[in-house]
Amino acid sequence: MLLQKYPKEVKQILAKYPPEHKRSAVMPLLYLAQREEGYITKAAMQDIAQLLDISETDVASIVGFYTLYHDKKEGKYRMQVCTDLPCALRGAEEFLNNLCGNLGIKVGETTPDGLITLEAVTCLAACDRAPVFQTQGPDGIKYHENMTVDKTMELIEALKKSTGEAK
Amino acid sequence: MAHVLLRHRDIPDIHKLEVYKKNGGFAAFQNAVTQMKPNEVTEVVKNSGLRGRGGAGFPTGMKWSFIDNKNWPHYVVANADESEPGTFKDREIMEHNPFQFLEGVAIASYAVGANAAYIYLRGEFWQIAAFLDEKIAEMEAAGYLGKNIFGSDYSLKIYTHLGAGAYICGEETAMLESIEGKRGQPRVRPPFPPSYGLYGKPTIVNNVETLTNVPLILANGAEWYKSMGTADSAGVKIFSLSGRVRKPGNYELPFGTTFRELIYTYGGGVQDSRKVKAIMPAGASSSLILVDDEKVLDTPMDYATVRTLGADLGSASVIVIDDTVSIDWLINKTVHFFRHESCGKCTPCREGTYWMSHLTERIHEGRATRADVDLLLNVAKQMQGKCLCALGEFSTMAVVTGIERFRQDFDKVVKSNS
Repeated sequence: MLLQKYPKEVKQILAKYPPEHKRSAVMPLLYLAQREEGYITKAAMQDIAQLLDISETDVASIVGFYTLYHDKKEGKYRMQVCTDLPCALRGAEEFLNNLCGNLGIKVGETTPDGLITLEAVTCLAACDRAPVFQTQGPDGIKYHENMTVDKTMELIEALKKSTGEAK
Repeated sequence: MAHVLLRHRDIPDIHKLEVYKKNGGFAAFQNAVTQMKPNEVTEVVKNSGLRGRGGAGFPTGMKWSFIDNKNWPHYVVANADESEPGTFKDREIMEHNPFQFLEGVAIASYAVGANAAYIYLRGEFWQIAAFLDEKIAEMEAAGYLGKNIFGSDYSLKIYTHLGAGAYICGEETAMLESIEGKRGQPRVRPPFPPSYGLYGKPTIVNNVETLTNVPLILANGAEWYKSMGTADSAGVKIFSLSGRVRKPGNYELPFGTTFRELIYTYGGGVQDSRKVKAIMPAGASSSLILVDDEKVLDTPMDYATVRTLGADLGSASVIVIDDTVSIDWLINKTVHFFRHESCGKCTPCREGTYWMSHLTERIHEGRATRADVDLLLNVAKQMQGKCLCALGEFSTMAVVTGIERFRQDFDKVVKSNS
């Protein structure tokens, strides 16, 4: 399936690693499998296991271990706010609380329109530009730095609009 | 002084190949490949006094000289997993001065006889990985990578590999496991990567900032590099300054610069003109330096001198804590970070961070007694020296030094009649 859908990408990914160690391709292939729906289906895991000659359990263990892989459908965009120490010293917790209030959801929840899942995450290496979050969505991962709640609401409006147009 | 690493701040557009080339780019790599033997390159780096910038401070040239020449092929892995809370320096290098970093990777690969190098970036650096892929392609097109580089018989390919959100993958053996397509859990060491690394082959793992030093060390010589910094810690360092300062950011300064200069001259001083209460010089993994005396701020920042304050300089991710912050809150933050990031492989770390997080939570929420604080200290000390890798060890640093050096903050939040 993955091979049929993204033949060029799969080939490029496999070429990065020695042929006798093709298991190394599991992480990039999982990103590929996650691209469209934002999560990895059981069928995709079976597919990757077959491509790489490893067990389905091996693939599932990778999905479970790393936080940027998801096995459940949630919001189209995951908004991942850093609340670690350096960010917290610069108002990240207050920012996240206010954002929750504005969106009417708690951390870990998804907006009723299915657009945004709000998450609190660990350090994003942007401590000097807090409050900071990343959006993980169909177009990859993007950083948003020196944010305010107003700027974030504008961003969400823009995402809503572009999603509507895509439909 | 002109920057050595953050050269994009002096030279606009240095991320463009022709601009980098015009400013001496790839001359060091060409000279190494065409005029020097691999071990001569290692010798220069050894003599420069360069030490690893990822946190451990291990002498870089010495690490390269440990590569096992009886077992082939060899690999170089660049550690771009930058995930320590308070650290954001490698990111700036890769985003703005990518060719100097990539040239460093290439020179290191030549020195240890590697024909393939992997750059392991944290998954969040998705855009940076795509940017580096473009830059690598430009180098290939210009003949700086690929087969028979500069007409020699040396060949090299550089690949990027994205992690997916696991702090532990910054630990070098966990990183190798991750590239091999496994969960990022550290290996038992020894053997160390220079003898048993990626795919069981000899591998050198170096931090991005470390490698970015290498082209200029080769171009200008070991003596030039040693003329900067201190006798203990040669050269320059990027200090990532964060926390309660007016101007947080990256500052490239020679080793030996004092905390005061960093915080006040460069960082614009403390927010709201408050007092510095504590400093964490190595991110969340730090011991807490107690600033009860203004003189502490005049300590020069190099590996040996910071140790006299009961802390390690590590990756020089300086988090400034002012007197509005209570240390019970702070360690609750750091312990929760480590609990989340513990890989689960060894018991002391997996269970220790779990139980510490229950105690720090109880203390911070005012539900604890004095005995709970003592128990927390006891748990932390029992973990020390027993964890498989540094993560577990680091999780105890702020706890132990926080309680020992700031006990009054804990006394204030525990139940009064206990």
